[in-house]
Amino acid sequence: MPVFRNRMIELRSPLNALLLVGAFMFAQSLAALDVRAQERISQFKLANGMEVIVVPDRRAPVVTHMVWYKVGAADEQRGVSGIAHFLEHLMFKSTEKIPVGEFSKIVSRLGGNDNAFTSHDATAYFQRVAKDRLKTVMSMEADRMINLRLDEKEVLTERNVILEERRSRVENNPQAILDEQMSAALYKNHPYGVPVIGWMHEIAKLSRQNALDFYKEYYAPNNAVLVVAGDVTVEEVKTLAGETYGQIKANHEIKPRVRATEPEHRAPVRVELKDPRAGKTSVTRHYLVPSYTTATPGEAEALDLLMKIAAQGTTSRLYQSLVVDQKVASSASGYYSGGGMDSGKIGIGAVIADGQDVAKVEAAIDGVLAEIKANGVTAEELDRAKRAYLAEYIYETDNQATLARRYGWGAVLGRTVEQIDAWPRDISKVTLEQIKAAAQKHLDVRRSVTGVMIPVADGDQAAPKVQPAKRS
Amino acid sequence: MIINRSQSAAWSRALLAAGMFAAAIVSSNSSAFAMKIQEITTKAGIKAWLVEEHAVPLVAMRFAFEGGSTQDAAGKEGTANFITGMMDEGAGDLESHAFQKRMEEIAMRMSFEDSKDFIYGSFETLTENRKAAVDLLKLVVNKPRFDADAIERIRTQLIAGLAYAKRDPNKVAGEHWFSTAFAGHPYGRPSNGTEESLKAIARADLETFRRNTFAKSNLRVVVVGDINAKDMSDMLDDVFGALPDKPALAPVAKVEAKPTTKLTVIDMPVPQSVAVFGGQSIGRHDKDFMPAYVLNHLLGGGGFASRLMEEVREKRGLAYSVYSYLQPFRATSVFLGGVATKNEEMAQSLDVIRTEFKRAVEAGPTQQELDNAKSYLTGSFALRFDTNAKIANQLLYFFTEDFGVDYVDRRNKEVDAVTLEDVKRAAKRVFANDLYVTVVGKPKGLATGG
Repeated sequence: MPVFRNRMIELRSPLNALLLVGAFMFAQSLAALDVRAQERISQFKLANGMEVIVVPDRRAPVVTHMVWYKVGAADEQRGVSGIAHFLEHLMFKSTEKIPVGEFSKIVSRLGGNDNAFTSHDATAYFQRVAKDRLKTVMSMEADRMINLRLDEKEVLTERNVILEERRSRVENNPQAILDEQMSAALYKNHPYGVPVIGWMHEIAKLSRQNALDFYKEYYAPNNAVLVVAGDVTVEEVKTLAGETYGQIKANHEIKPRVRATEPEHRAPVRVELKDPRAGKTSVTRHYLVPSYTTATPGEAEALDLLMKIAAQGTTSRLYQSLVVDQKVASSASGYYSGGGMDSGKIGIGAVIADGQDVAKVEAAIDGVLAEIKANGVTAEELDRAKRAYLAEYIYETDNQATLARRYGWGAVLGRTVEQIDAWPRDISKVTLEQIKAAAQKHLDVRRSVTGVMIPVADGDQAAPKVQPAKRS
Repeated sequence: MIINRSQSAAWSRALLAAGMFAAAIVSSNSSAFAMKIQEITTKAGIKAWLVEEHAVPLVAMRFAFEGGSTQDAAGKEGTANFITGMMDEGAGDLESHAFQKRMEEIAMRMSFEDSKDFIYGSFETLTENRKAAVDLLKLVVNKPRFDADAIERIRTQLIAGLAYAKRDPNKVAGEHWFSTAFAGHPYGRPSNGTEESLKAIARADLETFRRNTFAKSNLRVVVVGDINAKDMSDMLDDVFGALPDKPALAPVAKVEAKPTTKLTVIDMPVPQSVAVFGGQSIGRHDKDFMPAYVLNHLLGGGGFASRLMEEVREKRGLAYSVYSYLQPFRATSVFLGGVATKNEEMAQSLDVIRTEFKRAVEAGPTQQELDNAKSYLTGSFALRFDTNAKIANQLLYFFTEDFGVDYVDRRNKEVDAVTLEDVKRAAKRVFANDLYVTVVGKPKGLATGG
């Protein structure tokens, strides 16, 4: 039922920027964290150019080991959409040392969990294991960085898996179909408009050679970031990384990541999807806005806080206005997604209450946004939003895998640990004026796409029918 | 957007949301890590487990009241779920908006969920705000407001949720499976209710449900984090001490999964069919549970190391996701699984799955497979205890399943003790039972019935 997917991984901060916000709310908790987290996050490079980040967490004898490649779906050439994600699947096939399909089984026998994921900007592989297994998984991950073998038949079988994955994620889910159409409309030129998983008709044609070409072009130590979080020292990681990844030669042919940029957006776009499987009428709007990496200083932080106040949770302006006061929507929410390398996005959506219409809800959404553009938010709201984000940040230190993701993502975007760690300080500095300015500048309907989902009328085939059971 | 290689994380979350997570991962401790669990009964008689962990300035609490959606009155299905949606809608003198603002000001995290057998609560606070957060939780547990406008708002959301669920093939399949396997029993009723039943629930029904369910003797609490035993005891007595000693629960009869047909096809216009399959299993305290659990791991519970994944996905490319798990309840126990395959090939996927179940019963696993499964299950146990929140979730599961604190140390030994003979015996008691299948979609060549 949610109108939105989860936010992308955001640039949130870690344990050790905490001194900087000592004067702030939750000063005690932040100070306590700082005293207790005696070991700091370290960052260094191997001779071959591979970046390494170590995040100590001594509470349990386990480690999270991740390798991030600075390549994602937005680096694909036109016509082979989905190849970054397809290759990610194929990385689990074989090398000379690891037989077909054995990678995950070996990790499993070691008592570990493993998985991988692909986004527009990054592809990451990870294992979680007992600390004494770290060297083994590092050797295996290093091995498949250069020694991947692909068999034609296995590639075709895996392609069918991915087609099923697309059916599960998109074809069986009308909201996902609408989101895909909206992204394609929002990005007129930039590859963020192409879905990470790829278009159905292009996935169906992906070949072994496409995968190998992509692999050779982008998989190399100097295009990767290693993150180890958990019960481990920097010296241990240095030694192990040198013995494994350190043995691989750099690829000096890797090109800088330059993607096509957006032209001026001049007119708002509307997308409408009628689907018998849509449960309720809903409206969603996406705005093209800067990300943390493309914004001017303080701007992304202001957008983050703006959307927290405007649209996140039941205390937000949007929920209070549409759901509680006007009762035109049964739910309403929004977010700022600022983790992209080339662009960010604001999303706002509402499920329309029975008996209400789309126009009325859109007018209500516009009313909430216009009010903020005209008068800004209150000091009390800003204070509460800052508290919420800083608390969230402290809660996240409970989870080493979450921290590993944060630093890995930041590093892929070219940020240093210091820059990533500055987030709480930067959030704390945002002013009321910056919030208002961000709203006025970026909630520009010409740079937006509005998507409307309409269930087809009653009495159609949508209502599921149970076939009478026949004895056979 | 981020796409994972496998859906295991996604369905684990789904199970957790359904209060079913623990069953999918049942288990316990390795001696590789030192975690001290204190077993405490407070002055007011509340039973709790505590793990002190002072490395981060947080306290995580998880608690469960026995008495979930099985306690919904007939015609008022969805009451338990309704209550969980009302718990942050105001308490004491604080109406909805004021209450939610207060939660944000003190950065308190609180949520409630229902399963068939329990109402679960989750509460987290920063150490420095503990007093204020505990005060708020105390109000929630003892004096939720259930204001009329909040009730209507949540009712509207729940009904909208049903409209989406009715078109979601996974949800339709799961609900249908339970409705036929446990027809006439509380386990067979829709725990999220129907539009009609949700409309019939009044404030008095919520109040009655709360009064009957929120009590001390059926409460189990786990606390993990930056707090000592004395402070924890005082905190729990403060929050829960004024509740009645005993709940007034309707008895739930023991029951076995027994649908009237082995295969049901529900027509829905989707390109990919979704199947839920399962049958009767054995209880959590049965001596064959652990062997069955180990067997299920290598059959369908172990991701890429499982036979179903190997045969359905890796060899044939028929599906992205295929899995099985054991699901014990208070009054029954089932094994369940799922697969999603394009309409043209669903029949083939199901054939492959049936063949694997048959093979598991007739031939059993090899010694190597058994060793591999045990190696994973014992080795990965520590991974469940590396955050305060995970420790609390896992321990609450053991606690509500009536295990003692010693189970955490015993569990890996029990896994290690499982032999091929044990597994073969357990296979006949679980996976030889009839397999009941519900398919939602437009599958080709599937004969309904059986």
